[in-house]
Parts: sequence; structure tokens; C-alpha cells
Amino acid sequence: MTRRARLIVFGVAAAGLAALLIWGTLGIPDFGHYHGRYGQILNRDAVKERQATNTVTAIVFDYRGLDTMGEEFILFAAVTGVALLLRETRQRVPNPIDPVRSEAVRAVGICLVPAVLTLGLWIVAHGAVTPGGGFQGGVILAAAFLLLWLAGSLRAYTRVTPTPFVDLTEGTGAGGYVLVGLVALLLGEPFLHNLLPYGLAGKLSSGGSIPILNWATALAVTAAFLLLFAEFLEERSFVIAGKHK
Amino acid sequence: MNVIYVVSIVLAGAAALAVVLTQDLIRLAMAASFYTLTLVVFFLLLQAPDVALSELVVGTIAYPVVLLVAILIDRAE
Repeated sequence: MTRRARLIVFGVAAAGLAALLIWGTLGIPDFGHYHGRYGQILNRDAVKERQATNTVTAIVFDYRGLDTMGEEFILFAAVTGVALLLRETRQRVPNPIDPVRSEAVRAVGICLVPAVLTLGLWIVAHGAVTPGGGFQGGVILAAAFLLLWLAGSLRAYTRVTPTPFVDLTEGTGAGGYVLVGLVALLLGEPFLHNLLPYGLAGKLSSGGSIPILNWATALAVTAAFLLLFAEFLEERSFVIAGKHK
Repeated sequence: MNVIYVVSIVLAGAAALAVVLTQDLIRLAMAASFYTLTLVVFFLLLQAPDVALSELVVGTIAYPVVLLVAILIDRAE
């Protein structure tokens, strides 16, 4: 295909896509005028029913808790796949060389670790109250450990996050979520039914079992990202160490 | 308020274009990170803080890091 022909094909496709997008955008209801019945019902009742001021979390970890379990296991399966593929073929590097040369980078990075860690815990703990929750907080917690690698070294990172411990955490988080659902089932309620007292809206303990599911998700997500980073980072230092030989 | 929306969308569009046009891979990872940041601002303006947070942690932190490490592996080989 000549360049001219390709440009014509692109032009037609781009114009068509643009027309479709503009047409679709014009059909969107005005801001604040959502038409879905289910959403309106939840907007009206979720806070009263579950005492969770963050309706999004109430939906994700209560009304649609089963969907979230599926999503959690997508991440679980993906990370398990990465670990299976990369762990088998890799030799461990005894002493990877990746020191941070700038003192400023090291100092700022190390100072940020506790701050980011606190922020992550805060986001997880307040999942039912303010925006955020187990998933977002979990990635922030993983990022705090990642800072150890960026500001320190891979050795520091692997020492703080030993692989067997991270593996265990991953399983505990994913399994804990299912366990909360099974407890409800054992007590004769639907799977993942919210069993605990809902508490007072706006309090840290509000939302019944939503905070517990939040923490289980946070464990699973943090561990998943730590495993992902560890596999990729060790892969990298393996390659670089091999090159230096 | 409408002006802020338009500015935010134009900024996101410009950042997306920058991602496509960037040649150097390391810079590309940073451009992709910045592009997600413009989307985060847009989500915040639309009052969707939960989505903004998810986009922030995955798009601005996790994705560029995986991208960077992959590029480094490729360069070392």
C-alpha cells in the first residue's frame, strides 16, 4: 500500500471515529442528570442503609462485592502468571549493583517512604468514609516500597519484602475476601452479605464488613504489585549483571 | 466551570498527542505518565475522586514504572 493510500484510509477512519465520538458525546446526559435507575436508588439509600459516606466504596465492596472479588482474582491470576513465567527461568543475582549515586535523591526518597506508607494506610482505612479504598491504597503502599528501590537499592527492596512473605500476603488477601463471603453463606445469608453492625456514618468503623473487605483487598493488591515489581526488577538486574561479566 | 472543562480536555488531548509523537522511549514513559495526570485532573473536575485516585496510582505510578523497567531490560540486552 502506498503512503497516499494509507493516508486516505486513515483519513476516512479518523473522520468516521471523530463523527461517532462527537455524536456519542452529544447524547450524554447533562452533568448531574444521570438517568440510570439503579444508580439513583443507590445514591438515595446507600448512606442510610450502610452508613458508608463513600457510596462508591459501598457499591464496590457491598452491593456489587462479587464483581470486585472477580476483579481481585483477575489481578491475582495475572500476577501468578508473571511469577510463574519469570521465576522459573531466572537465576538469582547474588549481588546486584545498582547504588543510587545522588545523596539528594537518596535523602528525599527515604524521607518520602514513611509519608507514602502513612498515606496508603490512611486511604485504605478510610475507604468507607472518603474517596479511595483497598485498591487505591494498596497501590500506594506498594509504591512506598518501590521508593526503597528508587532511593536505595534492589537489595534494600528485597530485604524488606521477602518473596515468601509477599506470596503469603497475596494469598491471605485474596483468600480473606472469599472467607468473608463464605462466613455469610455459613450463617444462612447470601454470599458476601454485609453481616457486621454498620456503625455511624462518617466514623472509621462504619460500613459493617466493608472495611474488612477493604483491608483484604489492600493486602492482595499491595502484594500483587510488590510481586510484579520484584519479578521485573530482578529480571532487570539479572540482565545488567550478565552484561557486566 | 465550562471553561475549566474545555481547558482540561484540550490539555489531555495535547498530552495524548505528545505521547504519540515522542520518539525517545524513556521520555515516552514520562509523557504517558503526564498524560494520565491530565486525565486525573479531568476526573477530579467531574467529581469522580475514586476514579481519579485509581487512575493516579495505576496510570501515573505503576504503568510508567513497568514501562521504564521493560525499556531498561531491552536496552541492557
